[in-house]
Amino acid sequence: MAIAEIQGQSTEDVRPPVRLFRNLNAKIASIPMIMTAVFVFIGCTVWTIVHSFTKSRLLPKLDFVGLDQYERLWGTRRWLVSIENLAIYGICSLVLSLVIGFTLAALLDRKIRFENTFRTILLYPFALSFIVTGLVWQWILNPDFGIQSVVRGWGWESFTFDPLYNPDIVIFGILIAGIWQGSGFIMVVMLAGLRGIDEEIWKAARVDGIPTWKTYIFVVIPMMRPVFVTALVLITSGIVKVYDLVVAQTSGGPGIASEVPAKYVYDKMFQAQNLGQGFAASTMMLLSVVIILIPWAYLEFGGKKRG
Amino acid sequence: MGYTSENLAEIAIDTPQTLAEPSVRIKNLDLNFGSVKVLQNLNLDVGKGEFLVLLGSSGCGKSTLLNCIAGLLDVSGGQIFINGKNVTWSEPSERGIGMVFQSYALYPQMTVEGNLSFGLKNARIPKEEIAKRVARAAEILQIEPLLKRKPSALSGGQRQRVAIGRALVRDVDVFLFDEPLSNLDAKLRADLRVEIKRLHNQLDNTMIYVTHDQVEAMTLADRIAIMKGGKIQQLAAPGEIYNRPVNKYVAGFIGSPSMNFLQGNIQTGDTDVFLSGDVSIPLAGYAFDGLGRSPGKAWLGIRPEHILTGAEAEAAPFNTQAVIEIVEPMGSDTLVWTQLAGERIRIRMDGQSDVREGDTITIGFHAERVSLFDEATENRI
Ligand SMILES: Nc1ncnc2c1ncn2[C@@H]1O[C@H](COP(=O)(O)OP(=O)(O)O)[C@@H](O)[C@H]1O
Ligand SMILES: [Mg+2]
Repeated sequence: MAIAEIQGQSTEDVRPPVRLFRNLNAKIASIPMIMTAVFVFIGCTVWTIVHSFTKSRLLPKLDFVGLDQYERLWGTRRWLVSIENLAIYGICSLVLSLVIGFTLAALLDRKIRFENTFRTILLYPFALSFIVTGLVWQWILNPDFGIQSVVRGWGWESFTFDPLYNPDIVIFGILIAGIWQGSGFIMVVMLAGLRGIDEEIWKAARVDGIPTWKTYIFVVIPMMRPVFVTALVLITSGIVKVYDLVVAQTSGGPGIASEVPAKYVYDKMFQAQNLGQGFAASTMMLLSVVIILIPWAYLEFGGKKRG
Repeated sequence: MGYTSENLAEIAIDTPQTLAEPSVRIKNLDLNFGSVKVLQNLNLDVGKGEFLVLLGSSGCGKSTLLNCIAGLLDVSGGQIFINGKNVTWSEPSERGIGMVFQSYALYPQMTVEGNLSFGLKNARIPKEEIAKRVARAAEILQIEPLLKRKPSALSGGQRQRVAIGRALVRDVDVFLFDEPLSNLDAKLRADLRVEIKRLHNQLDNTMIYVTHDQVEAMTLADRIAIMKGGKIQQLAAPGEIYNRPVNKYVAGFIGSPSMNFLQGNIQTGDTDVFLSGDVSIPLAGYAFDGLGRSPGKAWLGIRPEHILTGAEAEAAPFNTQAVIEIVEPMGSDTLVWTQLAGERIRIRMDGQSDVREGDTITIGFHAERVSLFDEATENRI
């Protein structure tokens, strides 16, 4: 009622501007981007989903077969292995990147000497492409040339370290390369966040007698929530991109032990000439991203309106 | 007999307040950042229950000195005693101090209550005791209704109250303030200033308060230490600093608008006079006794509020005619700019005076209101 009164009053004096026309220039300027988003992202997504219910092979064809492609997908061992690998890689990479990135940043933030040098060294891997990283680590982890042969050369003849050739742990060999490449960047993001923390907060905590580690956990990390969200997005995009790393390091082997979903999609669409199967797999990937994203978006944005 | 920074230490110990055991004693303190010497051989005693203000322009080392007392910086030399205990190398939390910062430095993810109790919980103080102390601090600072709120839901003034509360619950004898009011707007600043004064009267703690605002310093302090370049220029009660500044820097720093200075020569003889250009100012009745010893080049300082006009000026031992260049009405009083002996000077007049730019008025002053400073050393004569 109060609002109605106020609005009624204000229309008598000055007419409030029509909302649609506020910041008109900015709105016009953003039209191309909005169009791109609508047609390319949403349009292509819908097109893909629709075709995942067809039996398209070399070319897309609207020849509907219901859920056949999905039944076949979930009956394929290679797909199941891919999903399992992605889950292991994703969870480990998320946790380790955050922990290692934050720890390195916290160490650098303690005002050590040669900070710039360390930062450059740790950031360097990020400048390399996944293919280069993959190849470098393929050599390092190669039993005949890498760590294993070096240690054996020192006289420990029975030493074995061949993650890329052992189906049980091959995904961890890929994980090492992924972490090595990504942690430096996460560290820099975290370091920027830590530098944004007011010096006086640290002083206040010291006067209060709070130990450094407790200050990090109870004061600093909660203050860095936006930085963690950014890091999370960056790491997640790295997880989705793991395709290149796998191709460079193992090509999915030994056998199918290091397959990942993105590689499955690519192989089905462009090598096995089975578009329908590829579309079904990519729709499943989209679905899982949505399942992860919706609760997060709800917490992040729904929470703000309430709080 | 001027007191310069060299013999300050003795003077500080001579004042009756510090004859009893001082609450905070700083002996020969040095502090360097790498090769930059910020504080050098600094001595300072702060009496029990005293309100000491460290005043100086930005970058003169006030915060550095306060952080040394708090233990947030490792000193390069010298010693610090708090309540008779040598705390030079103790952790901040073990020194018996509480501290309030310019940016409030509250823990943003905790409620007000959490902010007040976090340090106490960490020190494993029993729950009932914590509750008692928080309730007492909240009552003293009138923040009881805010206890469940987060700092982001508080105004600047409320945040600073909470920050003071966080120092209060520590139950310590010495409070350190680092420009606590600088982030507040003028009105709130005045309110909280009075609040802090009331707090000091109520608690009787020792307070060391850093500011660059001379109004805060003059109104709050028992004694003010004026700092420049890491040295204490003068340590004295506010009135003393205003009336008897030891050197030209202190004289120009304290007082708003600041003191007028004329450059010239002192001529001693039958009658002592100060000569500046074609102006000759008689010095009979000069309030300090250094005249005999230092004839020569000097600065003459006279505060804008001590320059008389009209009939009072006619009656003063020194008077002259001056043309008004600019008039700045400020309500309660009016600031008038004019020239004397080729220098631009300010005069503070009654707010009701109806002078106008271009008018010629009589100005004058008494020699006992004047301060003279040696041109070379800038110390008071
Ligand atoms: N961490 C630091 N490293 C190097 N120089 C510093 C540091 N902190 C302060 N300084 C220098 O010490 C001097 C005094 O600083 P500070 O005590 O903060 O002055 P203020 O009187 O404004 O509080 C300044 O010249 C400043 O540049
Ligand atoms: Mg400061």
